[in-house]
Amino acid sequence: MKQTLTEKILSAGAGRKVKAGEVVFVNIDWALVQDGTGPLTMDVIEELGKGVTNPDRQCIFLDHASPSSKSELSDNHIKLRKASEKYSMRLFEVGEGVCHQLMAEDCVVPGDVVVGADSHTCMAGAFGAFASGYGSTDIAVAMATGKIWLKVPSAIKIVLEGELTYPTLAKDLILYLIGELGASGATYKALEFTGPGVETLSMESRLTICNMAIEAGAKNGIMPADDKVADYILEHRGVSFDFERLRADDGAEYEREIKINLSELKPQVAAPHSVDNVTTVEELQKEKIKIDQVFIGTCTGGRLEDLRDAEKITRGKTKNPNVRFIITPASKKIFLEAMREGLLDSFMETGAMIGTPGCGPCVGIQGGILGQGEACLSTANRNFKGRMGCGESFIYLASPATAAAAALSGEISSP
Amino acid sequence: MKEELRGKAFKFGENISTDLICPGKYFHLRSNIKKLAQHTLEVADPEFIKNMKPGDFVVADENFGCGSSREHAPLIIKESGVAAVLAKSFARIFFRNAINIGLNPIECDTSGISSGDELRILPEEGIVENLTKGEKIKVAPLMETMKNILEAGGLKEYVKKEQE
Ligand code: SF4
Repeated sequence: MKQTLTEKILSAGAGRKVKAGEVVFVNIDWALVQDGTGPLTMDVIEELGKGVTNPDRQCIFLDHASPSSKSELSDNHIKLRKASEKYSMRLFEVGEGVCHQLMAEDCVVPGDVVVGADSHTCMAGAFGAFASGYGSTDIAVAMATGKIWLKVPSAIKIVLEGELTYPTLAKDLILYLIGELGASGATYKALEFTGPGVETLSMESRLTICNMAIEAGAKNGIMPADDKVADYILEHRGVSFDFERLRADDGAEYEREIKINLSELKPQVAAPHSVDNVTTVEELQKEKIKIDQVFIGTCTGGRLEDLRDAEKITRGKTKNPNVRFIITPASKKIFLEAMREGLLDSFMETGAMIGTPGCGPCVGIQGGILGQGEACLSTANRNFKGRMGCGESFIYLASPATAAAAALSGEISSP
Repeated sequence: MKEELRGKAFKFGENISTDLICPGKYFHLRSNIKKLAQHTLEVADPEFIKNMKPGDFVVADENFGCGSSREHAPLIIKESGVAAVLAKSFARIFFRNAINIGLNPIECDTSGISSGDELRILPEEGIVENLTKGEKIKVAPLMETMKNILEAGGLKEYVKKEQE
């Protein structure tokens, strides 16, 4: 039986060869919750009364309210700190960064099965891992038993060719693909990226791409692991990690195949209020859309590469006076490195504000909530109505380079 | 989920995200489901919670519940008294969460249903009856594992039962 990469990893997790469509129980390598989903998970764990399996592989992140903006949220943090102590689970404190970024920096290796009570858990697929988001109760059971039940997904093959050329970035590729697939075009399915184009992508770019697999409804997004993954692990964890270079079998069955030539892509924007409402920046800039806030950050667009790509455009320039320019590095490590490189100085001279590592205003809790009728250009992954805290505001999604261009011009414009 | 359900339809469109169902701005209320439920579907229809009665149905087009994994979305729908959600299709995480907390997600062709229609659901037969329009709609069958979880009353109860 020829297998997709997803089927191979789930076979290892299930202890037998599995194929798409089967319902299986899979051993998990990591489970995570964050401060929004975690309290409910802890209630269920408490009620089940079985404790937690492999507690050092169960992670709690205090990242959405970072730092807390309301006393109720602070109480949730207290609850999660207590749970982490009680069950000896790993705790990542306020200010350390966004859960998925920290999972990438500290935890995941190729071949892992990663489940999380956060929909963008699929980002870890960039390591050649099976990674998928679930709800609080599913994760409680996974943490308690060390297993999760799931249906092995069929897969869509995305063949990448060519190479991205600045200012077209990884974000443009994934926005383009979601525009093609539609917001539910990959529901229940795996998105498997392959082809020579994958090797040309940096690890940080791969994380951005896999992060947004869920925006097409996918169960997981995945790329085969190569030397760049090994280098990333060495750079961030100081260890050489040797792993089997798992790939899909030639002749594995896919539902459909989509070819994308990276060299031909152009900067893209997703307009309100749906992630699949995608056009090119070139096209949309004709409408002279005014932007009140530019936000560079999140688990999708707040990595070092993103900050570098944006700063190239803003360096030595002054932001538009009508724009609030907010930068929130996705982790403390990124914050420190950006500081050492002078990126943060440069951004501040442009007129930016720098936020605490974490989710920032991405989900409308703190650090840049929008007001009635305002428009924000964000490097995040979602532009649903109400997402950034106000039902009557407008969110445009684009790459860090396009975001930087908007910070200077005050409207959606080509980087 | 065996008993017959009867109530009024409240119709919504496609891609009803968890941000529309359970807005992020009430993040701090997540430990207070009763209070949070007063904002159910608020961004999609601010009047919904005032107009609905326990036993009524949320009816939508494709991809209901897309976006964030917040289980609070199905939880507050259930808490508000909605008997079931009917949609042409559901987003994956929402569907699973709904089953896990014991809210019945019913996948069926909702195109003919309008707001205000009187519906009757016969779970055993897998049929939704539109009493206002005199139509019968077939329901897509649930996966065996999910049926068992739903019948136990949710995943927590299912796991507890398994442990015995
Ligand atoms: S940065 Fe945004 S998308 Fe990422 S985990 Fe935080 S809230 Fe979710």
